[in-house]
Amino acid sequence: MASLDIRLKKVNKIYRDGDVVAGVVVVQSKGELQHQGVTLTMEGSVNLQLSAKSVGVFEAFYNSLKPIQLLFYPLEVAKPGKFPNGKTEIPFEVPLKPKPNKTLYETYHGVFVNIMYQLKVDMKRSLLSKDLSKQCEFIVEYKEPVQVEKIKPKPINFTISPETLTNLKEKEKVPKFKARGKLDSSTLCITKPLTGEIVIEQCEAAIKSIEIQLVRVETCGCAEGYAKDATEIQNIQIADGDVMRGISIPMFMIFPRLFTCPTLSTNNFKVEFEVNVVIIFHDDHLVTENFPVKLTRF
Amino acid sequence: MANYEWSPRVRKYEEEREAERCSMVPATSHPLKIITVSEMKTDKKGSSSKKTPSKSSSSTIVDPLSDMGPLGSALDGTDPLSAMAAEANRIAKVRGSSFGESSAKVRAMSLDDSFEPWSAKRADILSRYTTSEKLSITTSFLSSADKEHVVIKSQTHTGSTMSDKVKNRLEQLDDFEEGSVQEMLNLSQQEYVSRIEDLNQALIAAWTQDQRVKALKIAIQCSKLLADVSVIQFYPSKFVLITDILDTFGKLVYDRLRDKAQYFPPGSGVPVKLPENFTPDQVPDSAKETCRNWFFKIASIRELIPRFYVEAAIMKCYSFLNPGEYADALRRLSVMIRGMGDPLVALYAKCFLSRVGIDVAPNIRDHLLPMFDDFLGTYSQVQGDSVQNTLAVQKMEMPKYLTLFSPGLDWLLQCIAHKASDDTLTDILKKSRKQCNSALLLNSLISAFKPEYIAARSMQFIAMIKECEETGFPKHLLFRTLGTCLAIADPPEDQKLAVLNDVWKPIMKLKNAADYVACAETWMEFIVKNFGKREINTILNDMIKHLTPDRAFEDFYQQLQSVVAKVLAHVHDFAMLFSLEKFLPFIDMFQKESVRVDVCKNITEAFVRFQEVETKDPVIINAMMYICKTMHDSVNALTLDDERKAISNLITGFVRRISFGRDFEQQLSFYVEARSSFTNLDIVLVQLIQCVNNLSIDTRRVVSGNHSKKTGNFVRACSAYCFITIPSLQSVFSQLHLYLMSGQVALLNQSYSQADAFFKAAISLIPELPVLLDLDGKKRSAEPFLVDYISNFISTLLVVPDNPDSSVLYLLRGLLNILQNYTWEPNSDAKVVVYTRVLAMLSASCQETYPYHVSKVDSNDAMYASDPKYIKEIKGICTTLVEEILSHLKTLSAPETQKRKSLLALDLFNIVVYHGDLSESNLQQLAANLWNLSYRQPQVDHKQMERIYKSLKMKGASSNGKHYQELLTKLPYESMA
Repeated sequence: MASLDIRLKKVNKIYRDGDVVAGVVVVQSKGELQHQGVTLTMEGSVNLQLSAKSVGVFEAFYNSLKPIQLLFYPLEVAKPGKFPNGKTEIPFEVPLKPKPNKTLYETYHGVFVNIMYQLKVDMKRSLLSKDLSKQCEFIVEYKEPVQVEKIKPKPINFTISPETLTNLKEKEKVPKFKARGKLDSSTLCITKPLTGEIVIEQCEAAIKSIEIQLVRVETCGCAEGYAKDATEIQNIQIADGDVMRGISIPMFMIFPRLFTCPTLSTNNFKVEFEVNVVIIFHDDHLVTENFPVKLTRF
Repeated sequence: MANYEWSPRVRKYEEEREAERCSMVPATSHPLKIITVSEMKTDKKGSSSKKTPSKSSSSTIVDPLSDMGPLGSALDGTDPLSAMAAEANRIAKVRGSSFGESSAKVRAMSLDDSFEPWSAKRADILSRYTTSEKLSITTSFLSSADKEHVVIKSQTHTGSTMSDKVKNRLEQLDDFEEGSVQEMLNLSQQEYVSRIEDLNQALIAAWTQDQRVKALKIAIQCSKLLADVSVIQFYPSKFVLITDILDTFGKLVYDRLRDKAQYFPPGSGVPVKLPENFTPDQVPDSAKETCRNWFFKIASIRELIPRFYVEAAIMKCYSFLNPGEYADALRRLSVMIRGMGDPLVALYAKCFLSRVGIDVAPNIRDHLLPMFDDFLGTYSQVQGDSVQNTLAVQKMEMPKYLTLFSPGLDWLLQCIAHKASDDTLTDILKKSRKQCNSALLLNSLISAFKPEYIAARSMQFIAMIKECEETGFPKHLLFRTLGTCLAIADPPEDQKLAVLNDVWKPIMKLKNAADYVACAETWMEFIVKNFGKREINTILNDMIKHLTPDRAFEDFYQQLQSVVAKVLAHVHDFAMLFSLEKFLPFIDMFQKESVRVDVCKNITEAFVRFQEVETKDPVIINAMMYICKTMHDSVNALTLDDERKAISNLITGFVRRISFGRDFEQQLSFYVEARSSFTNLDIVLVQLIQCVNNLSIDTRRVVSGNHSKKTGNFVRACSAYCFITIPSLQSVFSQLHLYLMSGQVALLNQSYSQADAFFKAAISLIPELPVLLDLDGKKRSAEPFLVDYISNFISTLLVVPDNPDSSVLYLLRGLLNILQNYTWEPNSDAKVVVYTRVLAMLSASCQETYPYHVSKVDSNDAMYASDPKYIKEIKGICTTLVEEILSHLKTLSAPETQKRKSLLALDLFNIVVYHGDLSESNLQQLAANLWNLSYRQPQVDHKQMERIYKSLKMKGASSNGKHYQELLTKLPYESMA
């Protein structure tokens, strides 16, 4: 009975370019443990995937979809030998440096794009017993630039009314309404919440709900062709029921960690974000207004 | 065994008394005076306080106890209790200062008694907002019973294939994991409440099993229920139930985080739990991270209402993050509520937030007023289509709907108004008057604001009540609320009457009796506090007028009772109260027996407590007699003992408050009347007999023992009263005691035949004494009491002169005959014990002068003057008694009775030695035999033997102690020393 574990020094597991990832490999065993060597690998890669609907078209471009390795460090933690009975802790330190010509993107878990960093420890053992292995993900964030350019908030004011709607079939069925609102900025810091407000100035029909939807737009491919897919990350209800007219309803949304990252655009893939403001009427008809937003780390 | 003829020793009681008296020495100091406590010391420095006060407080008298070494010095001039109190004070102070700026103190200071806590409101809401409608609950966490049911059903399909089984299991797994949301319909309120309780249990269970996500899911689903306004009249109760669960959840999360947040204090390697008042920088990163994760998780809840409630529930956890976090979060959440469309839901959300806010950070209040403004702003929604639709579907009327708002709004306003300045209140008042002058709002304002504030502007408020729009909220509720305020705080003196006139007019016009009574009940307090007889009478009259038609009062006993209670609490002048024309008619409205008795009890209780001086006012007596009679008549065979006792005590209390001063005959006739009214209650009768005895003693005192013909007749009348009252008592034991006591009183008043009659009655009653007595609910053997009683009785008999018409000592003989035939308990020595006492008494009655006398009464010593015939008679009885005792001793030969035997022998030995004439050789022999009998026993009390022996030696050493010395030579004795 033996087990292997990795424990990082930092509790929140967040590292930046140039940081030293430090921690211990913990070997726990009952009785002596014979082994053929323990290795630790630090790895980081971008995985791209194609959505089912576009597989046919893009098989040709298979090349561009293999994982892009950003980082790879194997190192030996222990030479073949024995571990004593009980708990053994082997400390390690690995500098976080990308492979040449690569940059360390921020950790991001999406549907078609995944940027992931992990530490992996393997213990080779004799033929009779199984090799042991353990993985541990850590999170990479951008380093704070030397001088931070203060992003100026770019407020977006919007008005939604039947006249502003596009893409609707039966214009006469739309109830009379007017909503006015404001997003405090179109460029958003990922650690700060999205804020804004919406005022239903007038609405004939009863309102069932008002929601804000965070959407990611992931683009995979290269110059020859690309696949762009928009999927929902989260949906936050800001009003429930037939709200008072003329009252300012706050918008507030915290960006979920891991599932969002600063807006990213590279040769092979892009990750962008949009916000939808959705007003749902009592008869389940809904009106959506879309706002592309740019996320930044600082 | 030889016949021991008894011959009493001649004793000179006066001389003996003189000889045994201790010599007196003048005292230099008061032995009982303790060191005086000058003041309680509250000096902060304990050490410095020790020097000064010890000088100042120790009295100048040198107290023998004060310099008793450790005790005296430890006291340090203060008595231990006040020293302890001072110490406690000091500790409390030290503790208080060490937490100087800590929030606990701030919290304690800012939330004092004037703030009604939520828990007080909780029960009220639950009982007020109920429903008979069917409810539904939507949850995936069904009670386990239902799930098991499903499982059992599916497994009975034995023919099912493997894949079915797997499918079934997977379904169950899904059930658990995913939470297949199910709706349970048609629940009664009871079932609904128990389901919610199930959820609460499930939440705690999930938490203890480390399934935190499941616990969170339960919390979310619970708060989702708060978005549902079907069965709207139940909503406030639902809110209470569900927020209870959320509170539990919040507490679990907070405690868990605190447990995790052990930190290393500087300079120590041992982790320590966070102190009660930690600051965020003490919190380790790991705990902060966990805490942040909770908030991230909650921020991603899709729906608005659960997101709001769950975040508010774990609000306290913000204390782990940053110091300023509370204020931000409270402000953010308070505007978030604007998104809730339903006004009721939004209001209760505000209520919850303010409750959480008060709890975690009572000093942050800037979110409260904006919430109220929001409420004012959205109030018009109440008239909106969606609300009207909901009400129409549920067939609910507007007034009832509006009352649903009250608890939430009250709470919100209470939070705002607490410790707020008058300006703020005026501000709020102005704002609400401008924006929506609704009765609902006004009601909550009145109940939330400081009563003093309201009282000072009561006329203004009355005007507002009159002019505000009804919008369905009943105005009588407003008057009621205002009444509660004025009951607490008084309006300006010159406005009082105007207030009453202005208020009572609309109240009088109320058609519905329930509304009327509710108002009248609350206003009664104000009236009795501030007005006199005339107003109270008018109001009572008005109430009678309103409630008599159709016997409306039958439905409002509780309220009417509370009216009476309020009157009693403030009107302590009972002469005035009973002279009110309408008070007794008002009491007459209580026609249900049990309620009536309760009311009577309250009145009597108040009378007993507040009527401090004795009275002879006929109005009071009449009224109270009537009231007490009502109580008395309610007692029947089914009445519980406690109830009977309570009523009896109240009536005795009343009886004792009545005094006619020197008019003794009037007093006696009052007692006669009382007896005829309260025949059923033993305790009252006992009290009456005691009172009458007291009366005859008072009479004796007035004439200083020399009764005239008139007073003599009066005291005999008193005795007659007692004599005919005593037999009607239930308890034989009380009868016995009262006979004895009344006999003693009669003797004291020189009513010989009466005294004789009492004693005779007592003697003939002894055989009827039950074997077991009921004392405080426990059965006890009556014998020890009987022995005590008889001892008391025979010492009285010593001074009772013989009736010349009867034989010598006929009372004693009668007693002895009764005792002879009394069925004593098997294996009991009581009879012998009594006989030894009688022996002592008889020896005393042979003396020339008796040890005590009743003044102005000649006892047998004067009557017979030691006539030899009389003495011989006594000797004869004594000899028989000794024989009886000795023969009883003989029966105690079995080994297990040896101890009893030795005790009895020693008892008799004492009597013989002290009362017998030892110069008679046969008595000396008897004493020696008894000593031997007792001394031989192994279990004998050696210390007692030693004491007796020593005292005999002392007597032997005195001048005429020859016989004692003789006796001593016959007594075998080895000193234990």
